Amino acid sequence: MTAIERENKSRSMSLLTRLRPVVFILVLLALWQIAVSRHPDQLLPGPWAVVKAIGELLQHGLLLKYVVASLFRVTWGFALAAVLAIPLGLTIGWYRRSEMAVYPLVQIFRPISPLAWIPLAILWFGVGDFAAIFLIFVGCFFPLLLTAMSAVRNIPAVYINVGRNFGMSTAEFIYRVLYPAVMPQLIVASRITMGIAWLVVVAAEMIAVNSGLGFLIVDARNAGNRYDLVVAGMVVIGVIGLLLDLGMRSLERFQSLQWSYSEE
Amino acid sequence: MATETLKPPPGSPGKLRMEHVSMVFDRDGKVTPVLDDINLNVSDGEFVAVVGPSGCGKSTLLNLMGGFLSPTGGSISIDGQTVSGPDPRRILVFQERGVFPWLTVEGNIGFGLSKLSRAEREQRIAHYVQLVRLQGFEHTYPSDLSGGMKQRLQVARALAVNPDILYLDEPFGALDSVTRLIMRGELLRIWQTERRTIIFVTHDVDEAVQLADRVVVLSSRPAKIENILTIDIAHPRNISSPRYLQLRDELLSKIGLAYTV
Repeated sequence: MTAIERENKSRSMSLLTRLRPVVFILVLLALWQIAVSRHPDQLLPGPWAVVKAIGELLQHGLLLKYVVASLFRVTWGFALAAVLAIPLGLTIGWYRRSEMAVYPLVQIFRPISPLAWIPLAILWFGVGDFAAIFLIFVGCFFPLLLTAMSAVRNIPAVYINVGRNFGMSTAEFIYRVLYPAVMPQLIVASRITMGIAWLVVVAAEMIAVNSGLGFLIVDARNAGNRYDLVVAGMVVIGVIGLLLDLGMRSLERFQSLQWSYSEE
Repeated sequence: MATETLKPPPGSPGKLRMEHVSMVFDRDGKVTPVLDDINLNVSDGEFVAVVGPSGCGKSTLLNLMGGFLSPTGGSISIDGQTVSGPDPRRILVFQERGVFPWLTVEGNIGFGLSKLSRAEREQRIAHYVQLVRLQGFEHTYPSDLSGGMKQRLQVARALAVNPDILYLDEPFGALDSVTRLIMRGELLRIWQTERRTIIFVTHDVDEAVQLADRVVVLSSRPAKIENILTIDIAHPRNISSPRYLQLRDELLSKIGLAYTV
């Protein structure tokens, strides 16, 4: 088999493999519809009702508005956390002593659910965007800080020695050795953290603001037990979470980032 | 680029001088003497191999020469200047992982050339790609290179900054035996065209006798220089000639002694 044939084969294989989850989802939707029609207690709206609810949201222009509101908060919270936590974590990790001093404190803050900060967030920022952004920030800050710290610590000594050997200034060293050496780990961490941010925004919107997908879910229930809208909100949250993850994953495709210490 | 210093004419003695060098590691209060009273003179353009039992401090010796460590006793000087830290005029080539996985072959060779103009850098890269025979792999990442290619790449990156000394720390130690043989030939060819001073740490007796002008035999830890053997055979060396075998046996017996001391 030539390389081209192999490639063609793997491409058609991957098309089939890619269709597999779609087929699986369609089967589950069909089962869901059947189950709902046989059990009309209204414990769960059927898929068709959910589709209609999404259509209704689109018609009122609410879907786009709420999605944008949620993404806005996630973007700010995540970006602020990344901009602060990554340089700080890299610095702390580089100096062994500062790492030993800071590590226990970070480990105390890390297991506190970002949701536990809700009362304080509202006290400090009032009900509104700032409170939600702050909660997302808290949820993203500690995981990113820890990853940056350990990423620096795990740089093989050889890379650092080569950098020193070629006579680089500190700025050059950071840009040409330190930063590329920690990039793959930071990208993985960002992907996971983005997932956390998306979880937190929904919870934050249920309490701290009156727009966004989290608000939609609470509001649909409070304003008239519209469970079709509740599930529609859930579906939209899931789909956008998937898209965010795909977006973050596409960063990993750059070949200069496609390496890991293990395969070296 | 480092500023050019006045170099003594090729072949003159005393490129690198080690005088009464000793090294003691002190880690968490555990004191380990590693090197003891090392005296060595390397002349410009010379190829010196360092052999010795594993763990005896060969790599420590190279790290001292390269300025990555400071000796706890004695002094090391190059061209009359005391070594005080790593310097792009002397490049250390590592056994593994020495090339940057996030840079292509071109990017790795150009790593130390950022201060050159673009045209000059490209010309330098092209020259060294050719020298280590990596043509056609300029845009390949190290994960797609074989072990031997990675080591050639590391040597090319080192040579590209025009160093006067190359320190090689068991550079072929992680390669299979056939690749290792090929790499020895390549290194000799490069040394003969580029004429740098080379200090080559190895645990392989054949490698030392095939390549070096002189072989320094270290004892077990704390290492002293047990013996220095001059290999008086011209290149290319016939590895089944009587003189070669004689020198090889001599070196082996000296290492044997070194092991028992």
